[in-house]
Amino acid sequence: MGMTLAEKILARASGKDVVKPDEIVMAKVDLAMSHENGDVVRKSFAEIGVEKVWDPDKIVFILDHRVPAESEKTATTHKALREFARKQGIKHFYDVGRGGICHQVLPDKGHVYPGAVLVGTDSHTTTHGAFGTFSTGIGATEMAGVWTEGELWFKVPSTILVKVTGEFNPYICAKDLILYLIGKISASGADYRSVEFVGPTIDNMTIASRMVIANLSMEMGAKVAFLPIDQKLHDFLSTRCNTQYDKNLAADPDAVYEKVIEIDVNKDISEPQIACPHFVDNVKPLSQLGDVKIHQGVIGSCTNGRLEDLEIAAKILDGKTVHPECRLIIIPASQQILLEAINLGYIQTLIKSGAMINPPGCGPCVGVHQGILAAGENCASSTNRNFLGRMGSKDSGVYLCSPAVVAASAIKGKLTNPNDL
Amino acid sequence: MSNNDMIIKGRVVAVLGDNIDTDVIYPGRYLNITDKLDTAEHVFELAYPELRSEVQQGDIIVGGMNFGCGSSREQATAAIKYAGFGAVIAGSFARIFFRNSLNLGLPLINNAEACKKIKKGDQLEINLLEGTIKNLTSGETLQAPALDERAAYLLKEGGLIPYLRKKHVKT
Repeated sequence: MGMTLAEKILARASGKDVVKPDEIVMAKVDLAMSHENGDVVRKSFAEIGVEKVWDPDKIVFILDHRVPAESEKTATTHKALREFARKQGIKHFYDVGRGGICHQVLPDKGHVYPGAVLVGTDSHTTTHGAFGTFSTGIGATEMAGVWTEGELWFKVPSTILVKVTGEFNPYICAKDLILYLIGKISASGADYRSVEFVGPTIDNMTIASRMVIANLSMEMGAKVAFLPIDQKLHDFLSTRCNTQYDKNLAADPDAVYEKVIEIDVNKDISEPQIACPHFVDNVKPLSQLGDVKIHQGVIGSCTNGRLEDLEIAAKILDGKTVHPECRLIIIPASQQILLEAINLGYIQTLIKSGAMINPPGCGPCVGVHQGILAAGENCASSTNRNFLGRMGSKDSGVYLCSPAVVAASAIKGKLTNPNDL
Repeated sequence: MSNNDMIIKGRVVAVLGDNIDTDVIYPGRYLNITDKLDTAEHVFELAYPELRSEVQQGDIIVGGMNFGCGSSREQATAAIKYAGFGAVIAGSFARIFFRNSLNLGLPLINNAEACKKIKKGDQLEINLLEGTIKNLTSGETLQAPALDERAAYLLKEGGLIPYLRKKHVKT
Protein backbone atom coordinates (compact mmCIF):
# COMPACT_ATOMS: atom_id res chain seq x y z
CA MET A 1 0.00 0.00 0.00
CA GLY A 2 1.39 3.40 -0.93
CA MET A 3 1.98 6.45 1.22
CA THR A 4 0.79 10.05 1.06
CA LEU A 5 3.30 12.91 1.16
CA ALA A 6 2.90 13.40 4.90
CA GLU A 7 3.44 9.68 5.52
CA LYS A 8 6.49 9.55 3.25
CA ILE A 9 8.20 12.51 4.88
CA LEU A 10 7.46 11.37 8.43
CA ALA A 11 8.69 7.86 7.58
CA ARG A 12 12.01 9.26 6.34
CA ALA A 13 12.35 11.67 9.26
CA SER A 14 11.70 8.93 11.79
CA GLY A 15 13.95 6.34 10.13
CA LYS A 16 11.12 3.99 9.15
CA ASP A 17 10.21 2.36 5.86
CA VAL A 18 6.49 2.75 6.32
CA VAL A 19 4.24 4.73 8.64
CA LYS A 20 0.45 4.71 8.92
CA PRO A 21 -2.12 7.26 10.10
CA ASP A 22 -2.49 7.56 13.90
CA GLU A 23 0.95 6.03 14.53
CA ILE A 24 3.15 8.14 16.83
CA VAL A 25 6.64 8.78 15.46
CA MET A 26 9.68 10.72 16.64
CA ALA A 27 10.77 12.81 13.68
CA LYS A 28 14.08 14.61 13.19
CA VAL A 29 13.52 18.32 12.66
CA ASP A 30 15.31 20.00 9.72
CA LEU A 31 14.40 23.57 10.57
CA ALA A 32 13.04 25.35 13.66
CA MET A 33 11.71 28.87 13.11
CA SER A 34 10.60 31.47 15.63
CA HIS A 35 9.64 35.12 15.47
CA GLU A 36 9.25 37.42 18.48
CA ASN A 37 7.78 34.56 20.50
CA GLY A 38 11.26 33.07 20.41
CA ASP A 39 11.51 35.00 23.66
CA VAL A 40 8.96 32.67 25.25
CA VAL A 41 10.92 29.73 23.80
CA ARG A 42 14.14 31.16 25.19
CA LYS A 43 12.63 31.31 28.69
CA SER A 44 11.31 27.74 28.52
CA PHE A 45 14.72 26.61 27.21
CA ALA A 46 16.40 28.31 30.18
CA GLU A 47 13.99 26.52 32.54
CA ILE A 48 14.93 23.17 31.02
CA GLY A 49 18.51 24.09 31.86
CA VAL A 50 20.41 22.72 28.86
CA GLU A 51 23.22 25.09 27.90
CA LYS A 52 23.53 24.73 24.14
CA VAL A 53 20.86 24.35 21.45
CA TRP A 54 21.03 21.10 19.46
CA ASP A 55 22.09 22.70 16.17
CA PRO A 56 22.40 26.48 15.77
CA ASP A 57 22.41 26.17 11.96
CA LYS A 58 18.91 24.69 12.00
CA ILE A 59 17.35 27.50 14.00
CA VAL A 60 16.02 30.64 12.31
CA PHE A 61 14.80 33.85 13.92
CA ILE A 62 12.74 36.34 11.93
CA LEU A 63 11.33 39.42 13.64
CA ASP A 64 7.99 40.35 12.08
CA HIS A 65 5.12 40.65 14.55
CA ARG A 66 6.13 43.99 16.02
CA VAL A 67 8.59 45.66 13.70
CA PRO A 68 10.08 48.08 14.28
CA ALA A 69 9.52 47.67 18.01
CA GLU A 70 6.30 49.49 18.94
CA SER A 71 7.01 49.60 22.69
CA GLU A 72 9.82 49.39 25.19
CA LYS A 73 8.57 45.98 26.25
CA THR A 74 8.89 44.65 22.71
CA ALA A 75 12.26 46.33 22.24
CA THR A 76 13.44 44.47 25.32
CA THR A 77 12.34 41.09 23.93
CA HIS A 78 13.96 41.87 20.55
CA LYS A 79 17.20 42.71 22.36
CA ALA A 80 17.08 39.54 24.45
CA LEU A 81 16.62 37.44 21.30
CA ARG A 82 19.53 39.09 19.52
CA GLU A 83 21.76 38.41 22.51
CA PHE A 84 20.57 34.82 22.79
CA ALA A 85 21.23 34.18 19.08
CA ARG A 86 24.72 35.67 19.36
CA LYS A 87 25.54 33.59 22.42
CA GLN A 88 24.23 30.38 20.83
CA GLY A 89 25.89 30.99 17.46
CA ILE A 90 22.56 31.17 15.62
CA LYS A 91 23.47 32.94 12.39
CA HIS A 92 20.09 32.91 10.63
CA PHE A 93 18.69 36.01 12.30
CA TYR A 94 16.57 38.29 10.11
CA ASP A 95 16.40 41.53 12.03
CA VAL A 96 14.34 44.68 11.42
CA GLY A 97 14.94 45.81 7.84
CA ARG A 98 16.72 42.61 6.82
CA GLY A 99 13.71 40.35 6.24
CA GLY A 100 9.98 40.72 6.55
CA ILE A 101 7.21 38.29 7.42
CA CYS A 102 8.69 34.95 8.48
CA HIS A 103 6.70 32.87 6.00
CA GLN A 104 7.90 35.04 3.13
CA VAL A 105 11.52 35.20 4.25
CA LEU A 106 11.96 31.43 4.77
CA PRO A 107 11.39 30.49 1.10
CA ASP A 108 13.00 33.63 -0.29
CA LYS A 109 16.20 32.94 1.65
CA GLY A 110 16.29 29.29 0.65
CA HIS A 111 15.42 27.67 4.00
CA VAL A 112 12.60 25.43 2.75
CA TYR A 113 12.59 22.54 0.27
CA PRO A 114 10.62 19.37 -0.49
CA GLY A 115 10.86 16.59 2.07
CA ALA A 116 12.08 18.74 4.96
CA VAL A 117 10.43 18.73 8.39
CA LEU A 118 9.90 22.32 9.52
CA VAL A 119 8.36 23.46 12.78
CA GLY A 120 7.64 27.07 13.61
CA THR A 121 6.20 28.82 16.62
CA ASP A 122 3.55 30.30 14.38
CA SER A 123 0.34 28.61 13.31
CA HIS A 124 0.68 29.70 9.69
CA THR A 125 3.83 27.64 9.33
CA THR A 126 1.63 25.40 7.13
CA THR A 127 2.52 27.92 4.37
CA HIS A 128 5.65 25.95 3.48
CA GLY A 129 3.61 23.03 2.24
CA ALA A 130 3.73 25.08 -0.96
CA PHE A 131 7.37 23.95 -1.15
CA GLY A 132 6.74 20.27 -0.41
CA THR A 133 7.82 20.74 3.20
CA PHE A 134 6.14 18.94 6.12
CA SER A 135 5.63 22.21 7.89
CA THR A 136 3.53 22.92 10.95
CA GLY A 137 3.08 25.23 13.90
CA ILE A 138 3.97 24.35 17.48
CA GLY A 139 3.98 26.17 20.80
CA ALA A 140 6.90 27.79 22.56
CA THR A 141 7.69 25.15 25.18
CA GLU A 142 7.50 22.45 22.54
CA MET A 143 10.00 24.48 20.51
CA ALA A 144 12.29 24.62 23.55
CA GLY A 145 12.11 20.82 23.43
CA VAL A 146 13.13 20.89 19.76
CA TRP A 147 16.04 23.20 20.59
CA THR A 148 17.05 20.62 23.20
CA GLU A 149 16.58 17.37 21.29
CA GLY A 150 16.27 18.21 17.59
CA GLU A 151 13.28 15.93 17.25
CA LEU A 152 9.60 15.93 18.02
CA TRP A 153 6.74 13.46 18.29
CA PHE A 154 4.00 13.53 15.68
CA LYS A 155 0.86 11.56 15.24
CA VAL A 156 0.92 10.56 11.56
CA PRO A 157 -2.04 12.43 10.04
CA SER A 158 -4.56 10.91 7.68
CA THR A 159 -4.81 12.85 4.42
CA ILE A 160 -7.60 14.66 2.60
CA LEU A 161 -7.13 14.97 -1.17
CA VAL A 162 -8.52 18.13 -2.77
CA LYS A 163 -8.82 17.99 -6.57
CA VAL A 164 -9.24 21.37 -8.19
CA THR A 165 -10.26 21.87 -11.80
CA GLY A 166 -11.54 24.71 -13.95
CA GLU A 167 -10.37 28.20 -14.85
CA PHE A 168 -10.89 31.03 -12.40
CA ASN A 169 -13.58 33.57 -13.27
CA PRO A 170 -12.38 37.19 -13.61
CA TYR A 171 -10.94 38.57 -10.36
CA ILE A 172 -11.35 35.22 -8.59
CA CYS A 173 -8.13 33.77 -7.22
CA ALA A 174 -6.49 31.33 -4.80
CA LYS A 175 -7.84 33.28 -1.80
CA ASP A 176 -11.43 32.76 -2.96
CA LEU A 177 -10.75 29.06 -3.53
CA ILE A 178 -9.40 28.41 -0.04
CA LEU A 179 -12.05 30.56 1.67
CA TYR A 180 -14.70 28.63 -0.28
CA LEU A 181 -13.22 25.34 0.93
CA ILE A 182 -12.97 26.50 4.56
CA GLY A 183 -16.60 27.61 4.41
CA LYS A 184 -17.56 24.24 3.00
CA ILE A 185 -15.76 21.96 5.48
CA SER A 186 -15.61 24.35 8.51
CA ALA A 187 -12.83 25.64 10.74
CA SER A 188 -12.29 22.15 12.11
CA GLY A 189 -12.94 20.27 8.86
CA ALA A 190 -9.30 19.28 8.43
CA ASP A 191 -8.37 19.09 12.13
CA TYR A 192 -5.18 17.07 12.66
CA ARG A 193 -5.15 16.16 8.92
CA SER A 194 -2.75 16.58 6.06
CA VAL A 195 -4.33 18.11 2.95
CA GLU A 196 -2.94 17.51 -0.55
CA PHE A 197 -4.08 19.89 -3.28
CA VAL A 198 -3.86 18.59 -6.85
CA GLY A 199 -5.37 19.22 -10.27
CA PRO A 200 -4.82 21.47 -13.28
CA THR A 201 -5.99 24.63 -11.51
CA ILE A 202 -3.33 24.16 -8.84
CA ASP A 203 -0.69 23.20 -11.43
CA ASN A 204 -1.35 26.46 -13.25
CA MET A 205 -1.07 28.60 -10.11
CA THR A 206 1.96 30.71 -9.30
CA ILE A 207 4.07 29.68 -6.31
CA ALA A 208 2.79 32.80 -4.53
CA SER A 209 -0.82 31.68 -4.99
CA ARG A 210 -0.01 28.16 -3.84
CA MET A 211 1.37 29.72 -0.65
CA VAL A 212 -2.05 31.30 -0.01
CA ILE A 213 -3.66 27.85 -0.13
CA ALA A 214 -1.12 26.24 2.21
CA ASN A 215 -1.20 29.23 4.55
CA LEU A 216 -4.97 29.25 5.02
CA SER A 217 -5.25 25.46 5.30
CA MET A 218 -4.42 26.13 8.93
CA GLU A 219 -7.79 27.86 9.28
CA MET A 220 -9.58 24.57 8.63
CA GLY A 221 -7.39 22.90 11.24
CA ALA A 222 -4.84 21.22 8.95
CA LYS A 223 -1.62 20.02 10.52
CA VAL A 224 0.13 20.28 7.15
CA ALA A 225 -0.84 20.99 3.55
CA PHE A 226 0.92 20.09 0.32
CA LEU A 227 0.92 21.70 -3.09
CA PRO A 228 2.52 20.09 -6.16
CA ILE A 229 6.23 19.40 -6.20
CA ASP A 230 6.76 20.18 -9.87
CA GLN A 231 9.10 21.90 -12.33
CA LYS A 232 7.65 25.29 -11.41
CA LEU A 233 8.72 24.71 -7.82
CA HIS A 234 12.16 23.40 -8.81
CA ASP A 235 12.68 26.53 -10.92
CA PHE A 236 11.64 28.74 -8.00
CA LEU A 237 13.99 26.96 -5.61
CA SER A 238 16.91 26.80 -8.05
CA THR A 239 17.73 30.48 -7.56
CA ARG A 240 17.20 30.45 -3.78
CA CYS A 241 17.88 27.12 -2.11
CA ASN A 242 21.30 25.44 -1.96
CA THR A 243 20.16 22.27 -0.22
CA GLN A 244 20.01 19.13 -2.34
CA TYR A 245 16.59 17.51 -2.15
CA ASP A 246 14.68 14.66 -3.74
CA LYS A 247 13.16 16.19 -6.86
CA ASN A 248 10.99 13.13 -7.44
CA LEU A 249 9.25 13.25 -4.07
CA ALA A 250 5.55 12.59 -4.63
CA ALA A 251 2.64 10.77 -3.04
CA ASP A 252 2.42 7.16 -4.22
CA PRO A 253 -0.24 6.51 -6.88
CA ASP A 254 -1.84 3.97 -4.53
CA ALA A 255 -1.65 6.20 -1.42
CA VAL A 256 -4.71 5.95 0.80
CA TYR A 257 -6.80 9.09 1.34
CA GLU A 258 -9.37 9.54 4.06
CA LYS A 259 -11.54 11.66 1.83
CA VAL A 260 -11.53 13.25 -1.62
CA ILE A 261 -13.03 16.70 -2.21
CA GLU A 262 -13.55 17.96 -5.76
CA ILE A 263 -13.91 21.63 -6.66
CA ASP A 264 -14.52 23.13 -10.08
CA VAL A 265 -13.56 26.76 -9.54
CA ASN A 266 -15.32 27.89 -12.69
CA LYS A 267 -18.65 26.37 -11.70
CA ASP A 268 -18.45 26.46 -7.89
CA ILE A 269 -16.89 29.89 -7.35
CA SER A 270 -18.60 32.45 -9.52
CA GLU A 271 -18.01 35.46 -7.30
CA PRO A 272 -15.66 36.70 -4.55
CA GLN A 273 -15.78 34.80 -1.26
CA ILE A 274 -15.86 36.75 2.00
CA ALA A 275 -15.19 35.39 5.50
CA CYS A 276 -17.44 37.49 7.70
CA PRO A 277 -16.89 38.35 11.38
CA HIS A 278 -15.89 36.63 13.61
CA PHE A 279 -15.05 33.22 12.17
CA VAL A 280 -12.91 32.26 9.19
CA ASP A 281 -15.47 29.62 8.17
CA ASN A 282 -18.31 32.15 8.13
CA VAL A 283 -17.86 32.41 4.37
CA LYS A 284 -20.42 33.97 2.03
CA PRO A 285 -20.44 34.97 -1.63
CA LEU A 286 -20.12 38.75 -1.83
CA SER A 287 -23.54 39.33 -3.43
CA GLN A 288 -25.29 37.87 -0.38
CA LEU A 289 -23.92 40.52 1.96
CA GLY A 290 -25.75 43.67 0.88
CA ASP A 291 -24.12 47.01 1.69
CA VAL A 292 -21.23 46.68 4.11
CA LYS A 293 -19.47 49.96 4.83
CA ILE A 294 -15.68 49.63 4.89
CA HIS A 295 -13.59 52.05 6.98
CA GLN A 296 -10.22 50.44 6.33
CA GLY A 297 -8.68 48.14 3.77
CA VAL A 298 -5.57 46.07 4.48
CA ILE A 299 -3.48 44.33 1.84
CA GLY A 300 -0.64 42.40 3.38
CA SER A 301 0.27 39.54 5.76
CA CYS A 302 1.75 36.08 5.27
CA THR A 303 -1.42 35.25 3.34
CA ASN A 304 -1.60 37.99 0.71
CA GLY A 305 1.23 40.51 0.84
CA ARG A 306 3.18 39.26 -2.15
CA LEU A 307 4.12 40.94 -5.41
CA GLU A 308 1.12 39.59 -7.36
CA ASP A 309 -1.17 40.93 -4.62
CA LEU A 310 0.36 44.42 -4.83
CA GLU A 311 0.24 44.20 -8.61
CA ILE A 312 -3.51 43.56 -8.78
CA ALA A 313 -4.15 46.26 -6.18
CA ALA A 314 -2.08 48.74 -8.21
CA LYS A 315 -3.93 47.82 -11.41
CA ILE A 316 -7.32 48.34 -9.77
CA LEU A 317 -6.31 51.57 -8.05
CA ASP A 318 -4.38 53.05 -11.00
CA GLY A 319 -5.78 56.54 -11.65
CA LYS A 320 -8.40 56.12 -8.91
CA THR A 321 -8.53 57.27 -5.32
CA VAL A 322 -9.34 55.65 -2.01
CA HIS A 323 -12.83 56.66 -0.85
CA PRO A 324 -12.74 59.74 1.44
CA GLU A 325 -14.32 57.82 4.33
CA CYS A 326 -11.96 54.86 3.97
CA ARG A 327 -8.22 54.38 4.41
CA LEU A 328 -6.10 51.76 2.70
CA ILE A 329 -3.04 50.19 4.29
CA ILE A 330 -0.56 48.27 2.18
CA ILE A 331 2.06 46.04 3.81
CA PRO A 332 4.50 44.29 1.47
CA ALA A 333 5.37 40.90 2.96
CA SER A 334 9.12 41.46 2.82
CA GLN A 335 11.83 44.04 2.13
CA GLN A 336 12.50 42.20 -1.13
CA ILE A 337 8.87 42.48 -2.23
CA LEU A 338 8.77 46.15 -1.25
CA LEU A 339 11.85 46.78 -3.38
CA GLU A 340 10.44 44.90 -6.37
CA ALA A 341 7.10 46.71 -6.00
CA ILE A 342 8.94 50.04 -6.05
CA ASN A 343 10.91 49.02 -9.14
CA LEU A 344 7.75 47.99 -10.94
CA GLY A 345 5.96 51.22 -10.03
CA TYR A 346 3.22 49.58 -7.93
CA ILE A 347 4.10 51.49 -4.79
CA GLN A 348 3.99 54.85 -6.60
CA THR A 349 0.55 54.01 -8.03
CA LEU A 350 -0.75 52.93 -4.64
CA ILE A 351 0.60 56.03 -2.87
CA LYS A 352 -0.97 58.29 -5.53
CA SER A 353 -4.32 56.63 -4.89
CA GLY A 354 -4.13 57.61 -1.22
CA ALA A 355 -2.90 54.31 0.25
CA MET A 356 -0.48 54.27 3.16
CA ILE A 357 2.53 51.96 2.84
CA ASN A 358 3.54 50.23 6.08
CA PRO A 359 6.93 48.61 6.62
CA PRO A 360 7.11 44.86 5.88
CA GLY A 361 5.80 42.84 8.84
CA CYS A 362 2.58 41.49 10.28
CA GLY A 363 1.19 44.99 10.85
CA PRO A 364 -2.39 45.17 12.15
CA CYS A 365 -3.18 41.51 11.34
CA VAL A 366 -2.29 40.44 14.86
CA GLY A 367 -3.92 43.48 16.46
CA VAL A 368 -0.84 45.20 17.80
CA HIS A 369 -0.15 48.33 15.78
CA GLN A 370 -0.13 50.04 12.35
CA GLY A 371 -3.87 50.06 11.68
CA ILE A 372 -5.94 49.14 14.73
CA LEU A 373 -9.73 49.40 14.37
CA ALA A 374 -12.05 51.48 16.55
CA ALA A 375 -15.44 50.29 17.79
CA GLY A 376 -17.99 50.29 14.98
CA GLU A 377 -15.40 50.10 12.20
CA ASN A 378 -15.18 47.46 9.47
CA CYS A 379 -12.07 46.35 7.64
CA ALA A 380 -11.81 44.54 4.30
CA SER A 381 -8.62 42.58 4.71
CA SER A 382 -6.46 40.23 2.67
CA THR A 383 -5.16 38.72 5.93
CA ASN A 384 -6.02 35.39 7.54
CA ARG A 385 -8.11 35.83 10.69
CA ASN A 386 -11.23 37.74 11.63
CA PHE A 387 -11.64 36.60 15.23
CA LEU A 388 -13.36 38.88 17.72
CA GLY A 389 -11.01 41.81 18.46
CA ARG A 390 -8.33 40.41 16.18
CA MET A 391 -7.51 43.80 14.62
CA GLY A 392 -8.53 46.07 17.49
CA SER A 393 -11.85 46.80 19.17
CA LYS A 394 -14.06 43.84 19.99
CA ASP A 395 -16.80 45.90 18.40
CA SER A 396 -15.05 46.08 15.04
CA GLY A 397 -15.48 43.63 12.16
CA VAL A 398 -12.90 42.10 9.81
CA TYR A 399 -14.05 40.80 6.42
CA LEU A 400 -11.43 38.49 4.92
CA CYS A 401 -11.20 38.56 1.13
CA SER A 402 -8.82 38.73 -1.83
CA PRO A 403 -6.51 41.71 -2.43
CA ALA A 404 -8.62 42.61 -5.48
CA VAL A 405 -11.76 42.89 -3.35
CA VAL A 406 -9.90 45.00 -0.77
CA ALA A 407 -8.74 47.39 -3.50
CA ALA A 408 -12.21 47.68 -5.06
CA SER A 409 -13.82 48.12 -1.62
CA ALA A 410 -11.34 50.86 -0.69
CA ILE A 411 -12.36 52.82 -3.80
CA LYS A 412 -16.08 52.53 -3.06
CA GLY A 413 -15.92 52.65 0.74
CA LYS A 414 -18.02 49.50 0.90
CA LEU A 415 -17.51 45.82 0.12
CA THR A 416 -17.27 45.76 -3.67
CA ASN A 417 -16.83 43.16 -6.38
CA PRO A 418 -13.93 44.35 -8.61
CA ASN A 419 -15.98 43.25 -11.62
CA ASP A 420 -18.54 45.93 -10.74
CA LEU A 421 -16.12 48.88 -10.86
CA MET B 1 1.12 15.52 39.54
CA SER B 2 0.83 12.30 41.54
CA ASN B 3 -1.73 9.59 40.80
CA ASN B 4 -4.04 11.26 43.31
CA ASP B 5 -3.79 14.46 41.34
CA MET B 6 -5.15 12.67 38.31
CA ILE B 7 -8.54 13.23 39.95
CA ILE B 8 -9.68 16.81 39.56
CA LYS B 9 -12.53 18.30 41.55
CA GLY B 10 -13.87 21.69 40.69
CA ARG B 11 -16.72 24.02 39.92
CA VAL B 12 -17.75 24.85 36.37
CA VAL B 13 -17.24 28.58 36.04
CA ALA B 14 -18.30 28.92 32.38
CA VAL B 15 -19.93 26.93 29.59
CA LEU B 16 -18.79 28.39 26.27
CA GLY B 17 -19.64 27.57 22.64
CA ASP B 18 -17.77 26.23 19.61
CA ASN B 19 -14.56 27.67 18.13
CA ILE B 20 -13.30 29.50 21.22
CA ASP B 21 -10.24 30.92 19.49
CA THR B 22 -6.88 31.95 20.83
CA ASP B 23 -7.59 35.67 20.38
CA VAL B 24 -10.67 35.26 22.58
CA ILE B 25 -8.60 33.38 25.15
CA TYR B 26 -5.60 35.70 24.98
CA PRO B 27 -5.60 38.82 22.74
CA GLY B 28 -2.70 39.27 20.32
CA ARG B 29 -1.91 42.72 21.68
CA TYR B 30 -0.45 41.13 24.82
CA LEU B 31 1.86 38.69 23.07
CA ASN B 32 4.90 40.70 24.10
CA ILE B 33 4.26 39.47 27.63
CA THR B 34 6.65 36.54 27.62
CA ASP B 35 6.56 35.51 31.29
CA LYS B 36 3.99 32.74 31.72
CA LEU B 37 2.74 33.91 35.12
CA ASP B 38 2.00 37.42 33.83
CA THR B 39 -0.36 36.19 31.12
CA ALA B 40 -3.17 35.38 33.58
CA GLU B 41 -4.17 39.02 33.87
CA HIS B 42 -5.54 39.09 30.30
CA VAL B 43 -7.33 35.74 30.15
CA PHE B 44 -10.56 35.95 28.07
CA GLU B 45 -10.22 39.73 28.29
CA LEU B 46 -12.17 40.76 25.19
CA ALA B 47 -15.06 38.31 25.16
CA TYR B 48 -15.51 37.17 28.77
CA PRO B 49 -13.72 39.69 31.00
CA GLU B 50 -15.77 38.64 34.05
CA LEU B 51 -14.07 35.23 34.13
CA ARG B 52 -10.81 36.74 35.33
CA SER B 53 -12.43 37.96 38.56
CA GLU B 54 -14.86 35.05 38.97
CA VAL B 55 -12.31 32.26 38.69
CA GLN B 56 -11.34 30.39 41.83
CA GLN B 57 -8.39 28.01 41.93
CA GLY B 58 -9.35 24.73 40.26
CA ASP B 59 -12.43 25.97 38.40
CA ILE B 60 -13.31 24.18 35.19
CA ILE B 61 -14.20 25.63 31.77
CA VAL B 62 -16.49 23.75 29.41
CA GLY B 63 -16.46 24.45 25.68
CA GLY B 64 -17.83 23.10 22.40
CA MET B 65 -15.94 21.97 19.31
CA ASN B 66 -12.50 23.19 18.18
CA PHE B 67 -11.55 24.86 21.48
CA GLY B 68 -8.30 26.81 21.17
CA CYS B 69 -8.36 27.20 17.40
CA GLY B 70 -6.15 29.78 15.76
CA SER B 71 -2.73 30.94 16.80
CA SER B 72 0.13 28.85 18.19
CA ARG B 73 0.48 31.30 21.09
CA GLU B 74 1.31 29.35 24.21
CA GLN B 75 0.10 32.34 26.21
CA ALA B 76 -3.46 31.06 25.59
CA THR B 77 -2.75 27.90 27.56
CA ALA B 78 -0.60 29.71 30.11
CA ALA B 79 -3.26 32.35 30.78
CA ILE B 80 -5.90 29.68 31.48
CA LYS B 81 -3.57 27.69 33.71
CA TYR B 82 -2.08 30.55 35.68
CA ALA B 83 -5.42 32.34 36.10
CA GLY B 84 -6.27 29.30 38.20
CA PHE B 85 -8.42 27.13 35.93
CA GLY B 86 -7.88 23.46 36.71
CA ALA B 87 -9.04 21.84 33.49
CA VAL B 88 -10.88 22.40 30.21
CA ILE B 89 -13.57 20.04 28.92
CA ALA B 90 -14.52 20.47 25.25
CA GLY B 91 -15.99 18.62 22.30
CA SER B 92 -12.66 18.83 20.52
CA PHE B 93 -9.44 20.78 20.77
CA ALA B 94 -7.40 22.49 18.07
CA ARG B 95 -4.11 20.67 17.68
CA ILE B 96 -1.56 23.29 18.74
CA PHE B 97 -3.62 24.29 21.77
CA PHE B 98 -3.88 20.60 22.67
CA ARG B 99 -0.13 20.11 22.51
CA ASN B 100 0.57 23.35 24.37
CA SER B 101 -1.71 22.26 27.18
CA LEU B 102 -0.02 18.90 27.44
CA ASN B 103 3.34 20.64 27.56
CA LEU B 104 2.34 23.14 30.24
CA GLY B 105 0.44 20.56 32.29
CA LEU B 106 -3.11 21.87 31.80
CA PRO B 107 -5.52 18.89 31.74
CA LEU B 108 -7.87 18.74 28.73
CA ILE B 109 -10.82 16.38 28.59
CA ASN B 110 -12.62 15.50 25.39
CA ASN B 111 -16.40 15.13 25.47
CA ALA B 112 -18.86 16.42 22.89
CA GLU B 113 -21.93 16.28 25.16
CA ALA B 114 -20.39 18.23 28.01
CA CYS B 115 -21.37 21.67 26.74
CA LYS B 116 -25.02 20.57 26.56
CA LYS B 117 -25.22 18.51 29.74
CA ILE B 118 -23.05 20.49 32.12
CA LYS B 119 -24.26 23.80 33.54
CA LYS B 120 -22.44 26.74 34.99
CA GLY B 121 -22.01 26.18 38.72
CA ASP B 122 -22.05 22.37 38.55
CA GLN B 123 -19.48 20.58 40.70
CA LEU B 124 -17.46 18.00 38.78
CA GLU B 125 -15.11 15.21 39.66
CA ILE B 126 -12.91 14.18 36.74
CA ASN B 127 -10.78 11.06 36.73
CA LEU B 128 -8.17 11.74 34.06
CA LEU B 129 -6.83 8.20 33.95
CA GLU B 130 -10.27 6.66 33.48
CA GLY B 131 -11.77 9.53 31.50
CA THR B 132 -14.87 9.82 33.68
CA ILE B 133 -16.56 13.15 34.30
CA LYS B 134 -18.81 12.79 37.32
CA ASN B 135 -21.30 15.64 37.66
CA LEU B 136 -21.80 15.82 41.44
CA THR B 137 -24.60 18.35 41.01
CA SER B 138 -26.75 16.46 38.50
CA GLY B 139 -25.58 12.97 39.36
CA GLU B 140 -24.79 12.20 35.72
CA THR B 141 -21.49 10.69 34.58
CA LEU B 142 -20.03 11.40 31.15
CA GLN B 143 -17.31 9.29 29.59
CA ALA B 144 -14.29 10.77 27.84
CA PRO B 145 -11.36 8.95 26.27
CA ALA B 146 -8.85 8.05 28.99
CA LEU B 147 -5.56 9.94 28.78
CA ASP B 148 -3.09 8.12 26.58
CA GLU B 149 0.19 7.00 28.07
CA ARG B 150 2.18 9.95 26.74
CA ALA B 151 -0.28 12.53 28.00
CA ALA B 152 -0.62 10.87 31.39
CA TYR B 153 3.15 10.69 31.74
CA LEU B 154 3.65 14.35 30.84
CA LEU B 155 0.89 15.49 33.21
CA LYS B 156 2.37 13.46 36.04
CA GLU B 157 5.78 14.97 35.38
CA GLY B 158 4.22 18.45 35.47
CA GLY B 159 4.67 19.13 31.75
CA LEU B 160 7.45 19.09 29.18
CA ILE B 161 9.94 21.30 31.02
CA PRO B 162 10.33 19.11 34.15
CA TYR B 163 10.37 16.04 31.90
CA LEU B 164 13.19 17.36 29.72
CA ARG B 165 15.04 18.78 32.70
CA LYS B 166 15.06 15.38 34.35
CA LYS B 167 16.18 13.71 31.13
CA HIS B 168 18.97 16.11 30.13
CA VAL B 169 20.21 18.00 33.17
CA LYS B 170 22.19 16.35 35.92
CA THR B 171 21.27 17.71 39.32
